Amino acid sequence: MTQSILTDIKKAAKKSLKAREDALANTQKQLEILNGDLFVDGELPYFKDKIAETGQFPLKPKKLEILQINVGYMCNQVCGHCHVDAGPDRKEIMTRETMEQCLEVIRNTGAHTLDLTGGAPEMNPDFRWFVEEASKAGIQDFIVRSNLTIILANKKYHDLPEFFKKHNVHVVSSMPHYTRGKTDKQRGDGVFDKSIKALQMLNKVGYGMPDSNLRLDLVYNPSGAFLPADQAAMEHDFKKALKEDFDIDFHNLFAITNLPISRFLDYLIASDNYEDYMYSLVEAYNPAAVENVMCTNTISVSWDGWLYDCDFNQMLDLKVASKVKHIKDYNDDVLNDRDIIISQHCYGCTAGAGSSCQGSVA
Amino acid sequence: MAKSYYDPADLRKFGKITEWSEELGNKFFDYYGKVFEEGALSAREKSLIALAVSHVVKCPYCIDAYTKDGLQRGITKEEMMEAVHAGAAIESGATLVHGLQMMNKYDKLSM
Repeated sequence: MTQSILTDIKKAAKKSLKAREDALANTQKQLEILNGDLFVDGELPYFKDKIAETGQFPLKPKKLEILQINVGYMCNQVCGHCHVDAGPDRKEIMTRETMEQCLEVIRNTGAHTLDLTGGAPEMNPDFRWFVEEASKAGIQDFIVRSNLTIILANKKYHDLPEFFKKHNVHVVSSMPHYTRGKTDKQRGDGVFDKSIKALQMLNKVGYGMPDSNLRLDLVYNPSGAFLPADQAAMEHDFKKALKEDFDIDFHNLFAITNLPISRFLDYLIASDNYEDYMYSLVEAYNPAAVENVMCTNTISVSWDGWLYDCDFNQMLDLKVASKVKHIKDYNDDVLNDRDIIISQHCYGCTAGAGSSCQGSVA
Repeated sequence: MAKSYYDPADLRKFGKITEWSEELGNKFFDYYGKVFEEGALSAREKSLIALAVSHVVKCPYCIDAYTKDGLQRGITKEEMMEAVHAGAAIESGATLVHGLQMMNKYDKLSM
């Protein structure tokens, strides 16, 4: 029975939840589930109460280090675990006007890292212009989260490795596993072969090579209802397999836990794994990880300029609890005085060694 | 009253064993934790051994636990199935090797 449900999910997963008009496309519905029976009945503690045990509630931001900008939800892939609910049918795209407001902030804020994400950020028609402008701002670490297959999706993207190199972009790419089966199951048929090809293209221009300054890191998300293992051990296995099988080099592997929201939440519920998964997250709770959760040093900006504590809160439409809520009104001091908005999905970032867009934190 | 001898939800309550005998329970969990740490064998190798033994002792809790543990460690299904076969081969071998006892007894009793 589970198998037939999973087949249904796979079929459905050619479209976003939003395009399918699925009940879970509504963020209120997702929050109801995250605040639902498991926690109301006291079976599991609310995240708020858990962090209060170590005096960490309310969660407050530290100095801003990372500005993460989501330039649009359009993507050439429809991954089963996507927390953005991204896909070809998503039309939310950042305009040049909003990009200009972002550039203003990039030039003036003290953040050392700029992190562009999506969707597939490269599909934004102003993506290259934005990268060119942003790279002039003197940011220390300029990340683009590239899904790899986009490089091969259309002729107009084939030169992306050269373009990234020209602007000294730090490429961070998803690669759920070093075997074809697991990768394609999570991300779609053919994704593995295209990802391998794209990694080889990046290597060819110098990305990811042992002594290269052109940074190429991979992101590992578990392809199912389980948590990632030790990041260093996974990195070792990935490096060995990708080198031996495909002569691919990369720098670091970031192990990121799937948070129970959006399409991953849909998968958890449909496959009857939701309860067990929440138990696993709560059981693996690590107070040391709370110290360094990414919402304490990151601001996430949506395609339409709204500000969030993290990309996950953005997808749950939980805007920052501050007078300043939009990039056009950006103000470091006012924003830094806020309380970070939390819910039960936050257990995803505090499980085990912790999880952030830069991998483990504890 | 549970209608089945096994309830999957009992697996995550395993730690409650200590409630009725704290000392022995804690000693067991300390030992258990230590056994599966990185050592002369890697934690990954021990996870596969545990998976094989889980099948041999036919423990449904252990099978669930070490399938999930293997997935978390990035162990492939091919590796997991080979481990299960290693366990099954030893178990069937253990049955079959008793055939020698049968043969010996047969020969001894026969003229």
